[in-house]
Amino acid sequence: MARIRHPKDFIAGLIFIAFGVTAIVVGSNYTLGTAARMGPGYFPRVLGVLLILLGGALAIRSLWLQGSPLRSWKWRPTLVVLGSVVLFALCVAPPRVFGVALPSLGLVLSTVILIILSSSASPEFRPKEAMVSSVFLAALAVGVFVIGLKLQLPIWPGQG
Amino acid sequence: MDLLGHLATGFGVALTPYNLVYALAGALVGTLIGVLPGIGPVATIAMLLPITYGMPPVSALIMLAGIYYGAQYGGSTTSILLNMPGETSSAVTCLDGYQMARKGQAGAALAIAALGSFFAGCVSTVFVATVAIPLSELALKFGPAEYCSLMTLGLIGSVVLAHGSLLKAIAMVVLGLLLGIVGTDVNSGTARFAFGIPQLIDGIGVVSVAMGLFGFAEIISNLESDEKRELIRTKVRTLWLTKEQFKEAWPAVLRGTGLGSMLGVLPGGGALLASFASYAVEKKVASDPTRFGKGAIQGVAGPESANNAGAQTSFIPLLTLGIPENAVMAMMVGAMTIHNIQPGPQVMSSNPALFWGLVTSMWVGNLMLVVLNLPLIGIWIKLLQVPYRVLYPAILLFCSIGVYTVSNEPFDVLQTAIFGALGIMFLKLECEPAPLLLGFVLGPMMEENLRRALLLSRGDPTVFVTRPISLTLLLAAVALLILIALPNLRKKREEAFAEAEA
Repeated sequence: MARIRHPKDFIAGLIFIAFGVTAIVVGSNYTLGTAARMGPGYFPRVLGVLLILLGGALAIRSLWLQGSPLRSWKWRPTLVVLGSVVLFALCVAPPRVFGVALPSLGLVLSTVILIILSSSASPEFRPKEAMVSSVFLAALAVGVFVIGLKLQLPIWPGQG
Repeated sequence: MDLLGHLATGFGVALTPYNLVYALAGALVGTLIGVLPGIGPVATIAMLLPITYGMPPVSALIMLAGIYYGAQYGGSTTSILLNMPGETSSAVTCLDGYQMARKGQAGAALAIAALGSFFAGCVSTVFVATVAIPLSELALKFGPAEYCSLMTLGLIGSVVLAHGSLLKAIAMVVLGLLLGIVGTDVNSGTARFAFGIPQLIDGIGVVSVAMGLFGFAEIISNLESDEKRELIRTKVRTLWLTKEQFKEAWPAVLRGTGLGSMLGVLPGGGALLASFASYAVEKKVASDPTRFGKGAIQGVAGPESANNAGAQTSFIPLLTLGIPENAVMAMMVGAMTIHNIQPGPQVMSSNPALFWGLVTSMWVGNLMLVVLNLPLIGIWIKLLQVPYRVLYPAILLFCSIGVYTVSNEPFDVLQTAIFGALGIMFLKLECEPAPLLLGFVLGPMMEENLRRALLLSRGDPTVFVTRPISLTLLLAAVALLILIALPNLRKKREEAFAEAEA
């Protein structure tokens, strides 16, 4: 069994192959057509094949090309940052659950939640400081986006 | 109409109070995000795109353009005072700018950066105005085959500029093209790769892609590394240059401006390439190269002039050919599309007020930027003292509101978070996101032109090499690829990036 000397290239190669395969498999439902009369499936097919070739070359090359190892992934920042952003969207505009529209929390409360939660991703997290900054930013957000730019955003719970 | 007449039209648009306010807003925001490390012009333009919906198109473009060149001004401040690039295109300014600051010459470094940028801004505005007319006339002769080849050249150019492996960058371009065609196919009405999700039928939003890959991923990666930032303690006393400093610096400003203007036009070019190249040139022509890295004023003057010149002339391919050459220009395509303007050579003739208004606003914006960056430098220094732990949640908030207001659709935010996760993965695997964004924007255009080219030639693929302009463009793309693949040059390219990062 050959050893993988360039783990980053190897994984990147596999990811590109995966995208390429998806493009071809999902794209096989679309009419292919001919070069002169391309159907909606033609261009995606070309791109899919290209991705598989490029990804394959990367993966195979990683067997002899030397590369630095992958650094360990600290999952906390990724999860907290992206999670707080999604939570923000859900608070401002909640989805329908079983056909029932949930009330919006409004921009102010959503902002406070986003700021305090996302601040906690930092190793230097200071709860008090985050609270002060969240109140300030909530006021700023309302001032700039709702009053200044007149965007359609509910300010308080139940307005949206 | 002659050039002066065009410029008069432009100033007539750019100097209306309404547009002056937007130019100022762009310049201010640009300086702000230039000063702040961890957020760049791509994510900022993505953030502000939704609020330009209600604005007249020319005001929107004036403001967004101001962000790009404004960031070139702001970026130098952070490089000089913090030894950390506020923008990637100011990375080389750290080398000598910070050393100047340590020697107590922070004021001189800041002054030459701003004045050099202003000079470059003036010259390159004229350059844009003069080159634009002949280039767009040439572009009007382009058929679909030429456009395909031109886009190929542009995409290869973006690959050459990417860090790391060529193969990965090409794969990122192809992936970008693929993501770009998600949604309804204009010719057949087939919803492609929508996976039954209604929001995907309209395609993936450029705001989500850019914000995820450039905004969120950057924040997460900053949080993972525990770099400490240290602001230089010396006070910025006088913001002026001594006679000797001026004498040393002005030739570098001239060279930087010339080089930056040229490199800005090339596919894949822009502010970043310009500043690296200028630093290398300054080191070459200096009588005493050993002074570089120890506070040589030429090492600040050259690159800072070059990056501003490059930022402005990179609008040329977009405005005349309709092809974005870097990630920021890709966002400008997004902005123009939102306002129903098809970027390309026809903009100049069909909408001269927009075209010349935008070009002249660059000069106006540069004038504002000198004022914003020299007398008001104290404010920006204050801003640098805000710790990152307070800053990034605020950036996240503005990004989230920006994405949400694209269409008041929480799905967009979810989609952006997914691109954020993809972005952090690509960062870990050392895959540059810029080629992907370019491919993403060009995807639909590329497919459409490929279709038309082959329809006209009845499926004969030789059409790309039998038409002279198309052949020339393709040969240029191949030459670029070969150049980069050559072992000798490849080493040089890696050295250039390594030097910039050091």
